Amino acid sequence: MDKKNTVKKKVSFSQFGHYNVLFEYFITHGLDQEYVVPPAITKRTMELGNRHSPDFVCSPFKFTLGCFLEAIEAGADTLVQVGGVVACRLKYYGALQEKIIKDLGYDITFVNLANADREHPLSFLSLIRMLNPDYSLPKILHTGVTVLAMLEALDRTQARLNRNVGFEVKDGDYDRAFGRFLQRLRQADNNVFAVLRIYGRTKKEMEAIPVEIPDDPIRIAMIGEYYTVMDDYSSHNIEKKMAKYGMYVERWMNVSNTLVHYSAPKRRKVIKDYVKYDMGVTTTSNIGFALDCAKRGFDGIIHLKSFGCTPEIDAMPVLRNICSDYDVPILFFSFDCQNADTGIETRLEAFYDMIKMKKENGKEKRK
Amino acid sequence: MKNAFMGIDVGSISTKGTIIDENDRILCGEYLYTKGDPLEAVKKLLRLLEARFDAENYRIVAIGTTGSARKLIGAVLNAAVIKNEITAHAVGTTNIHPDVRTIFEIGGQDSKIIILRNGVVTDYAMNTLCAAGTGAFISNQAARLDIRVEDFGGIALRSTDPTPIAARCTVFAESDLVHKLQIGCSKEDIAAGLCRAIVLNYLNNVAKGKKIEPPVVFQGGVSKNIGVVKAFENETGYPVIVDENGHLAGAWGAAILARRAGIIRPFDFRITDVELKITGKSCGRCANNCEVICVYREGALVDSWGNRCERGSVTA
Repeated sequence: MDKKNTVKKKVSFSQFGHYNVLFEYFITHGLDQEYVVPPAITKRTMELGNRHSPDFVCSPFKFTLGCFLEAIEAGADTLVQVGGVVACRLKYYGALQEKIIKDLGYDITFVNLANADREHPLSFLSLIRMLNPDYSLPKILHTGVTVLAMLEALDRTQARLNRNVGFEVKDGDYDRAFGRFLQRLRQADNNVFAVLRIYGRTKKEMEAIPVEIPDDPIRIAMIGEYYTVMDDYSSHNIEKKMAKYGMYVERWMNVSNTLVHYSAPKRRKVIKDYVKYDMGVTTTSNIGFALDCAKRGFDGIIHLKSFGCTPEIDAMPVLRNICSDYDVPILFFSFDCQNADTGIETRLEAFYDMIKMKKENGKEKRK
Repeated sequence: MKNAFMGIDVGSISTKGTIIDENDRILCGEYLYTKGDPLEAVKKLLRLLEARFDAENYRIVAIGTTGSARKLIGAVLNAAVIKNEITAHAVGTTNIHPDVRTIFEIGGQDSKIIILRNGVVTDYAMNTLCAAGTGAFISNQAARLDIRVEDFGGIALRSTDPTPIAARCTVFAESDLVHKLQIGCSKEDIAAGLCRAIVLNYLNNVAKGKKIEPPVVFQGGVSKNIGVVKAFENETGYPVIVDENGHLAGAWGAAILARRAGIIRPFDFRITDVELKITGKSCGRCANNCEVICVYREGALVDSWGNRCERGSVTA
C-alpha cells in the first residue's frame, strides 16, 4: 500500500517540560505523521487558556488548553491529551478540552488517551488508528523502544543538569549543552544505540563543564504536583532560581521515575507510619520521597502545586508531620495564573536565608 | 566621625526608616504613609531623617532596604544590602528581644509568622493568595462602621460580647457584618468580633501547623490595634509583646544587615534633590511581553529588571 499519497495529519501535544521532543519523535517516526511543535508557553498561552477554562480548574488544564489553541493556530489539526492511570481531574481534561475547542468552532480530531482501557492494551490501537489508520505495528513497537530509551536519557540528563547548573562557573554552559542534547535527540536515528551514543556524548560534554561545588551545600528536595513541578513556566522557573542561590536541588519526580521505575507498594511500605491510604496521583510518591530526603538529612523541602490541586492539598498535613519529626523546614507554593515573581522571590530568599543561618548556627555549636 | 547605617522598609501602606550606630542602637527613626508612591515617600522620609540626624558626629556608610519596594529603592539609593522582609524582621526583632520565639506580623497587605529558636529563624509562613485579615481589611471595615482606624481597638475593648464574624474572606466578612448590623448588634461588639475574626483567620491560615511558644512579639501596623492584641492574648493564652519601636523592626533589621555586610557605600542626603525617574515598559519582543522596569538618575540608567531573557535587557 502506498502511504505517501495520503495527506498527513498535523499532530500536536501540549508543552510539558521537554517531553515534546519524544512525542514528536514518536509521531513522525512511529506513525509517519507530521508534528506541529506548539509555541513555547508565554503569557499569551496562559491568557488564552485562562479565558476559555473554568475559573477554578487547576492551572495545568489552563496551560495545556492554551497550548492546544496556539498549536491549532500553528496549523495542527489533531490534538492528543493524556489521562488514564491517575485518579484526579486530569482524567477529565481531555473530554472537557475537546468540547471547549470544538465549541470554539475548530474542526479538529481530538485523541483522548483517557478513552483507552488500561486493562485492555488493544484499546490503545483504536486511538492509534485515529492518528494513522494504516499504522504499522512493528514500526510503532520499534519506535516505542527508541522513545523509551530517549525518555530515560532525557530524564537522566535533565537530572544531571539540575544537580549542577547552580554551581557552573560560566553562566549558561549547562543550558547550552542541554539544548544541543535535545537537538540531537530530534535528529537521532531510530534505534536504541543511537540514543545511547547521544546520551554518552552529552554526559561527557556536561562532565567537562567547570563547576565549583561547595563542601557542604544546602540540599533541597523538590516535590509537588506533576505538571507544575516539571514545567518551568508554571513553576516560575523555581528550580533554576534555587540553583542560582547555590542550593543543590534534588527532584525525583519525572516521567521515567513515575511511570517506569516506580513501585507504589514499596513506597507505601516506607511511609506506612505516616499514611494509611493512598490519596491519589503522586501523593504517595511525594510523601515517600520527602521522607527519604528528611532521613538523608536534607536542609529543606519545597512543595509546588497548582492552586486547588486536591490530592496535593491532602498530602500537605502529612508533609508537615514529617517535617516536624525530622526538623526540616518546608515551603509550600500554590500557583495559578499570576505572573508577578516578587512574592515568590521574597519567600524563596527568606527560605534560603533561614536555612543558611540555621546551618551556620549548627556549625558554630558543633565547634 | 563615627559610622552610621541606614535601613529603609518600604511597604504597601507605610514607609519606615532608621539610622543606627555601630552598636545597632537607633539614632533616629521615622514613619510615614507610602500613599502609592514609594519613591516620593522615601524622599520625604529622607528629609525627615536628615532633620533629626546628627551629621556632625556621624556619617552614613551603608544602606539596607527591605519591604515590597526594596529592589526599586535599593537601586535608587545604591544600597549595600537588599533583603526580604522576613529576614529583616527576624534580625531586627532578635536585636530588641534576643529570646523571642514567635513573631506575629500583620501589615497592610500581608501577614506572616516567624518561628525562632535560640535567635535563629527555624520556620516561617506568609499569607498566600489574598489580603484577607490584614490592615487593608481593618481599614475597610472601620470605614464601613464610620470609626477611625486609630480608635478601632479601643472601641473593641469596650465590648463584652464579641459578635461572631467570618474572616476567611473579605467579601464573606462584609456580608456577615452588614447582616449583624441589621439585627441590631452594637458597634463595640462588631468591632471586637472583627478583631477576633482577624486573629482566628491568622491562626487558622498563616500560623497553621506552627508551634507558637512565648515570648511572642507582635509587629506591623495592625499591632497598634489594641483590640487585636487582646484577641491574640485570649486565643493563644500567652502575653503578646508590642514594642513602641515595633513598626521599625524591618528597617532596623535592614540597617543591621547593612552593617554586617561590611560594604561601604557612603550616602548623601542630597539625593532628595536629584531627579529620579522610573519607567515600566513592555518589552514587546515576544508574546511574554515582560514588563521591564528601568530606573534613571538624572537621565542616566541606574538599573533595570523584569525581563525573563536577554532579549529584553536594557543597558545604558
